[in-house]
Amino acid sequence: MIWKITRWGGRLYTLFVFLVILAPLVASLIFSFNSDRFPSLPLKEFTTEWYLLTFTDPLVLEALQRSFLVAIPVGLLSTVLGFAAAYSDYRYSFRGKNLFNLLMMLPPTIPAVIMGLAMLSYLSRINLAGNVYSIFISHVVISLPFAMALIRLRLAQMDPSLEEAAWNLQANSAQSLRYVVVPYCAQSLFAAFLITTAVSFDEFAVAWFVSGLEETVPVRVLVFLQGQVSPRINAIGTVVFATSILLVVLAMAVSGVGKSIRPKATDQ
Amino acid sequence: MNININKVALRWSLIGAPLLWQLMFFALPLLFLLVISFCSVQNFQLAADFTFKNWSTMLGRDTFWSAYNYTWALALATAFSASLFALPAAYSISFHMSQRMRTIAIILLVIPFFTSYLVRAYAWQIFLADNGVINALLSPLGFSTISMLNTTFGSWVGYLTLCMPLVILIQVMGMMQIDPSLIQAARNLSAGPFRCLFEVVIPSIKASLVVAWLFAFILTFGDFVSPTYLGGGASPTLSNLIIDTVKSGQQWPRAAVVAIAMIATLVATSLAAMAYAYKGKK
Repeated sequence: MIWKITRWGGRLYTLFVFLVILAPLVASLIFSFNSDRFPSLPLKEFTTEWYLLTFTDPLVLEALQRSFLVAIPVGLLSTVLGFAAAYSDYRYSFRGKNLFNLLMMLPPTIPAVIMGLAMLSYLSRINLAGNVYSIFISHVVISLPFAMALIRLRLAQMDPSLEEAAWNLQANSAQSLRYVVVPYCAQSLFAAFLITTAVSFDEFAVAWFVSGLEETVPVRVLVFLQGQVSPRINAIGTVVFATSILLVVLAMAVSGVGKSIRPKATDQ
Repeated sequence: MNININKVALRWSLIGAPLLWQLMFFALPLLFLLVISFCSVQNFQLAADFTFKNWSTMLGRDTFWSAYNYTWALALATAFSASLFALPAAYSISFHMSQRMRTIAIILLVIPFFTSYLVRAYAWQIFLADNGVINALLSPLGFSTISMLNTTFGSWVGYLTLCMPLVILIQVMGMMQIDPSLIQAARNLSAGPFRCLFEVVIPSIKASLVVAWLFAFILTFGDFVSPTYLGGGASPTLSNLIIDTVKSGQQWPRAAVVAIAMIATLVATSLAAMAYAYKGKK
């Protein structure tokens, strides 16, 4: 009896937690179509005015263009570097490997403001600050760990003898990498590309520090936020949500991440 | 296609490319932060002299220490409350859901992590404002208006938004490693659900609990969005202090001092947490 109560209580509570987690996304969607300037209940009429205002704003359009211009190359390079790092961790043993992995995986744990300040001061020292390249460089640093983790998970599933078989068949190590490992990881490579693109598309703090006048979409949102309350933020926010969700869901569908596997009972 | 690259060359280019990138654009910038904290600013330019002035100025200011204490206390409170709130949900997802439901739940937890935190924080204004959704729902019940926006409570709600999905996810990953027959065994030995939670589940996932706690601490300790847009900026956090110092004063060296103090705190907290997590193992 008590188990049944906790079971249903737990489910109910979980539902509540999910409602709270998803509430901002839903609210932003609803109020982006609400004609009242100030988001409050009850709702006024339905309108697409905020979307029109947002997508006729040259600054927003420019930012949107710039965001994609940065995010797609970031996705490509982070995936390539992430693959190299994941494969190095999987295949090779070398001195300082722990330090190597730490250097790869650490960036997301550094607060964005600190990364922003560090990148700004360093990149302006080497004359790379205040342009799209500075955003590109910073975003690759932040995104690489996500690509590495995703691809490393896939490599962990690969039987090492697969590559050994290729070597026995006279493939050199570059050939086995090209014809065995890369095809085996193809899905996770694509997923890594999508996730890292999403990370870059979504990143605002570091971009805000290093970009100068070259705003990306989330930086544009930040600037809107520093101004006054405007339903346009909900409109642009809904579009940003939709883009990120699309990329992330696609990545999860491709890579099969999210399929939770419970290990079989082991006899220890 | 004939690929003929030397084995050694391949090995070093695979290790070398990401290594070089992260050294050049991650390790060096952080080191550079340490260097400029000893520089002075003359005519809006960094001067390469060696001075402790930035350190003594910043560490001598009350505003620094009040921001430090506030940030630390709020991050600590958030990490503990998020862990506590997450636990029943993680338990339910791990043990009381079908495979299919669990997959959906995990997807719903991963999505927010990559989905504009900035806009989600802003959207909380809709709920928390004096004429917002929560007050609109409460007023027919006879409540007077509750101020939630631009308070520490507002920051806390934003922080929970930021870290709850990740905390639940890490706890679920820990719980999925528990053999379900252990729980069944405890049940057969007539342990109730709470005894099961405290004597079987929590001890088995201690490391995951600590890692989840640590992530919540790290995320909130460095955040500036919630304290600015939900906390009203009344009590600045360390990140706010960095932004103010950089954006208004052009005082990069002083901001670097704050940044290094933050990193030192994060490293110390992480080491302590990990030592605690793996205490008694190995």
